[in-house]
Amino acid sequence: MKLNIRSRAWGRIRLNMDRRESITAYLFILPWIIGFLVFTIGPMLASLYFSFTKYNIIDPPQWVGLSNFIKLFKDELFIQSIKVTLKYAVMALPLNLIVGFFLAVLLNQKVVAVNVWRTLYFLPSVIAGVAVALVWQRIFNPRIGIVNPFLKNIGIQSPPRWLNDPAWAVPSLVIMSLWSVGGGMIMYLAGLQGISSDLYDSAKVDGANALQRFWHVTIPMMTPVIFYNLIMGLISTFQYFTQVYVITSGEGGPAWATLFYNLYLYKNAFKYHDMGYASAMAWVLFLVVLGLTILIFRSSEYWVFYEGEVRGEK
Amino acid sequence: MTTIVLAIGGVSIIMPFLFMISTSLKDRNQLRQVPPTLIPRETTMVEINGKEEPLYEVNLEGETRQLALIKNLPEGKGQFVDPADPEKIYELVIAEQTEIKHLEFHWENYKEAFTQVPFHRYLLNTILVTFIGGVGMLISCSLVAYGFSRFRAPWLNGLFLVLLSTLMLPSQVRLIPTYVMFQKLGWIDTLLPLIIPNFFANAYDVFLLRQFFMTVPLELDDAAKIDGATPLQTFWYIMLPQARPALVAVAIFHFLYAWNDFYEPLIYLHSRENWTLAVGLQTFNALYSVNTHLIMAASMVMILPPIILFFLAQNVFTQGVVFKGIKG
Repeated sequence: MKLNIRSRAWGRIRLNMDRRESITAYLFILPWIIGFLVFTIGPMLASLYFSFTKYNIIDPPQWVGLSNFIKLFKDELFIQSIKVTLKYAVMALPLNLIVGFFLAVLLNQKVVAVNVWRTLYFLPSVIAGVAVALVWQRIFNPRIGIVNPFLKNIGIQSPPRWLNDPAWAVPSLVIMSLWSVGGGMIMYLAGLQGISSDLYDSAKVDGANALQRFWHVTIPMMTPVIFYNLIMGLISTFQYFTQVYVITSGEGGPAWATLFYNLYLYKNAFKYHDMGYASAMAWVLFLVVLGLTILIFRSSEYWVFYEGEVRGEK
Repeated sequence: MTTIVLAIGGVSIIMPFLFMISTSLKDRNQLRQVPPTLIPRETTMVEINGKEEPLYEVNLEGETRQLALIKNLPEGKGQFVDPADPEKIYELVIAEQTEIKHLEFHWENYKEAFTQVPFHRYLLNTILVTFIGGVGMLISCSLVAYGFSRFRAPWLNGLFLVLLSTLMLPSQVRLIPTYVMFQKLGWIDTLLPLIIPNFFANAYDVFLLRQFFMTVPLELDDAAKIDGATPLQTFWYIMLPQARPALVAVAIFHFLYAWNDFYEPLIYLHSRENWTLAVGLQTFNALYSVNTHLIMAASMVMILPPIILFFLAQNVFTQGVVFKGIKG
């Protein structure tokens, strides 16, 4: 009996301690909770509501049902913006992945002055933004740039007009993106350095040559990093904005050839003040990104390898 | 072999930088040269009868002399004179002679870029946004990360998953109502929308800091607790000093992000005196795009702080406290 009372008292103290710990934890994370409610969930729900309204900020929103969404799929510029974004994604994502990975593999070997190379290749990643776009705009310029004189020197007589040519504008932006490939490279490098040398040794013992070791050890071990970069690259492609805004002065020219999704969204919201329509675009974007992310996640089961997990025995 | 590949790549990495530096030191005449030269050089001029004329290196009967071109004639010919003896005129084919050039750096471009538009104002605004926002981010994110790494409480893990999922949220989906909210608060065209949200933590930095906090041994916390320290004291005196490398890394990444950010300043800042460097530079380009030399000079000023920071804190980038958390 006495013992029982004591254990109940202990229980009460334990309960009090647990509750105090919970309160402390929530006090620590309070800034994020407030931020999440005020700057994330609240605005998300509000923009969902706006997407069903006609709203120009000055007058109160007017409910219009699905008409923003119906209008979207009849809007040629909206279709164009999707095409431009996909065109860029299809070119830029694989190229950046391959080049970044390739560089990381090179720089993971015993190379002379390896740290100098790493530094050099990473350098452009720290200055992303307006200044980069301004330089490349001029480098590609047929009149004052350096790309075309160089091409003429090596025998290409009529080089493209790059950013001024509707067919070449997006490829020019892809080339520009490759300049900052060092950001991805550094992540692949960190991944490569994390692969235990035991794996390579045992592959060697089994008689695997360099190419086989690369294919059966390096690539599988690197799939988590590739996976992460792929998802982040995908999300950032749909947010592509600064470079194209700077280069085309916010227009998306020539002939809408660089009207990226995010640029068109910006124009609808802040140039035409069609906040309802822009919100509908934002939600379509959100759902597309969500869908693609889920797709990549689902497929990851088949190609992403996590250490300590053997397929079929999970 | 590897070195050759790396060198070719390295040249293409370095070219834009060289182009930027060299262009920022040219004047308008030098800009018009076709093809553009890497080193800013200008044709040497001499005064002949009160007029500036270009100087050429001329081959006259096996003797090399420096003559000035004073008049273009048909069929590609020109009248040349010796500056010392301007009376005697030679008629020669211009294409066969070489123009004499000398190095000329126009450092005054930097000064001009800063006086044509209020760049000092943009610089000040950018510094305010970057630093005050950075302090807010560090305080809020480290508190939140501590909360997520050191305590057990109902729903805490679930909330952390929610936080992680916001990493993948495209910012546009909350952009417009956030704008409307700031508009109702009267914060449009002030720096507040760029600063204040930093005080409410963000998923990316919380995640990185939490990953680091998890590696700090719990025994340190327990020892502090036994000595009677409150959780806030433990956080301040035990955790933060231990987590210095992570805090530095997160601060640097925030600096780069805020310094280069363009989208939000573009949306929230309307009048010229409130712009940040990114917006000011873009507008300068849109209005005076012919002034390539001035724009490149201003761009140089904008990229310099991130580059200096990069060289000062290289190991943060290339070895990275930060990437350890992301792997796997």
